[in-house]
Amino acid sequence: MKSFMPLKIEPPKPAIGLVGLLVATRKGAFIFKSDKARRLWKIAGPMFFGHIVHHMVLDPRDKRTLLATARTGHLGPTLFRSTDFGRSWKEASKPPAFPKAPEGQKGRVVDHVFWLTPGHASEPGAWYAGTSPQGLFRSEDAGDTWAPVAGFNEHPMYTEWTGGEQAGTPDGPKMHSILIDPRNSRHLYIAMSGGGVFESVDKGANWKPLNSGVAADFLPIPDPQYGHDPHCVRLHPLAPDILYQQNHCGIYRLERPGTRWERIGMNMPKKIGDIGFPLALHPRDPATLWVFPMDGTQVWPRTSPGGKPAAYLTRNAGKTWVRLDKGLPRSQGWFTVKRQAMTADAHDPVGLYFGTTSGEIWASKNEGSNWSCIASHLPEIYAVEATELAR
Amino acid sequence: MNVLIPSPLRSYTGERSSVEATGATLAALLDDLDSRYPGIRFRMIDEQDGIRQHVRIFINGEQVRALDMPLRASDEIIILQALTGG
Repeated sequence: MKSFMPLKIEPPKPAIGLVGLLVATRKGAFIFKSDKARRLWKIAGPMFFGHIVHHMVLDPRDKRTLLATARTGHLGPTLFRSTDFGRSWKEASKPPAFPKAPEGQKGRVVDHVFWLTPGHASEPGAWYAGTSPQGLFRSEDAGDTWAPVAGFNEHPMYTEWTGGEQAGTPDGPKMHSILIDPRNSRHLYIAMSGGGVFESVDKGANWKPLNSGVAADFLPIPDPQYGHDPHCVRLHPLAPDILYQQNHCGIYRLERPGTRWERIGMNMPKKIGDIGFPLALHPRDPATLWVFPMDGTQVWPRTSPGGKPAAYLTRNAGKTWVRLDKGLPRSQGWFTVKRQAMTADAHDPVGLYFGTTSGEIWASKNEGSNWSCIASHLPEIYAVEATELAR
Repeated sequence: MNVLIPSPLRSYTGERSSVEATGATLAALLDDLDSRYPGIRFRMIDEQDGIRQHVRIFINGEQVRALDMPLRASDEIIILQALTGG
């Protein structure tokens, strides 16, 4: 398979520009812009006030086009586009929607668009979207019109893979972590809660489960092929054969063309465990990543273990982990950081950012060594994406 | 026909609470409404032609649940957002 070839890309130079944070919340979207020192932040928003915004993403190919998913509590899902970095927005003329079912059959209905991924660098204007319930959609026109990816949505195994409408997160089953191999636009990964990780080598026409070695403690089968609950999967752009996964049941690493995930979370401190939602990668070092553990015991509070929030860092692909909590609450800090809500910028040292369900944004200018709160009292935060702004 | 638009959908109608649309059935009327105010239909009606859970449509004061309901030129259509969520 051509995808598993070395990538001949020089590591990019560290960014030196201003940082933008694209913040998606339960009540609208915000854009944060830093000063040069990444110390002071200006806030624009809320945009789409009152809308549930699950994801807002910048097109890295033109650095101007923003897409944001939106719905309200009462109205159907849609998607907005901006070509001037959020100064003005236009609604997609054909948002993601499943095909109309034949008469007498029950068809699927998109509840919300959960995830956005810009297409391959060689495909300007192409985007992918993941929905709840699980559906994969593609746009060829910068997000204006969307078509279902039938190879997945109509796959004969769709119901078995996704587990039907009841299998998923408490606020609906989701497709997320749509990943594109930078060497090959036809090589895709997707992840589903629930369902697991799947791979396509033909631009989505066919799919195979890729879950070997991943625990699924909530299933009666010891090593099932599918039905897992990946929370966040990342592919390193400089080493696209390396995948990391924060799962409902642990932290994992997979090196392709291998197909069996290794549970690197077993090296986390036992009293913390390796359950969490987000996972952020270092932009230039494929062995360095951060996670934000949560309490997955008993009834799954999904808050910081013991009320003491901390990120954990590994610089050796998960062999050892370091706790990073300087500046974060020492006690009574019951954070939940959702799967899209932790991100890294491209500076040196790397800036890290995470948003909480209680509406705070925390930032670190030194790879997690120190944290400070740069915003509070926002609505519940679903996603934070760091971008480099034009100088 | 006169169609009353609830506040959450008035961003599509230039903030007008009452607009004109035509159609021999509710489905045709909604299509006409969408041609005048692009995007408004999908916020109310899903891709399986179901009226979304929190949207209510009344014709002359009677709630309707199917899009094939025939309409007369004198009918008054009221679209409401259901009072849900506390």
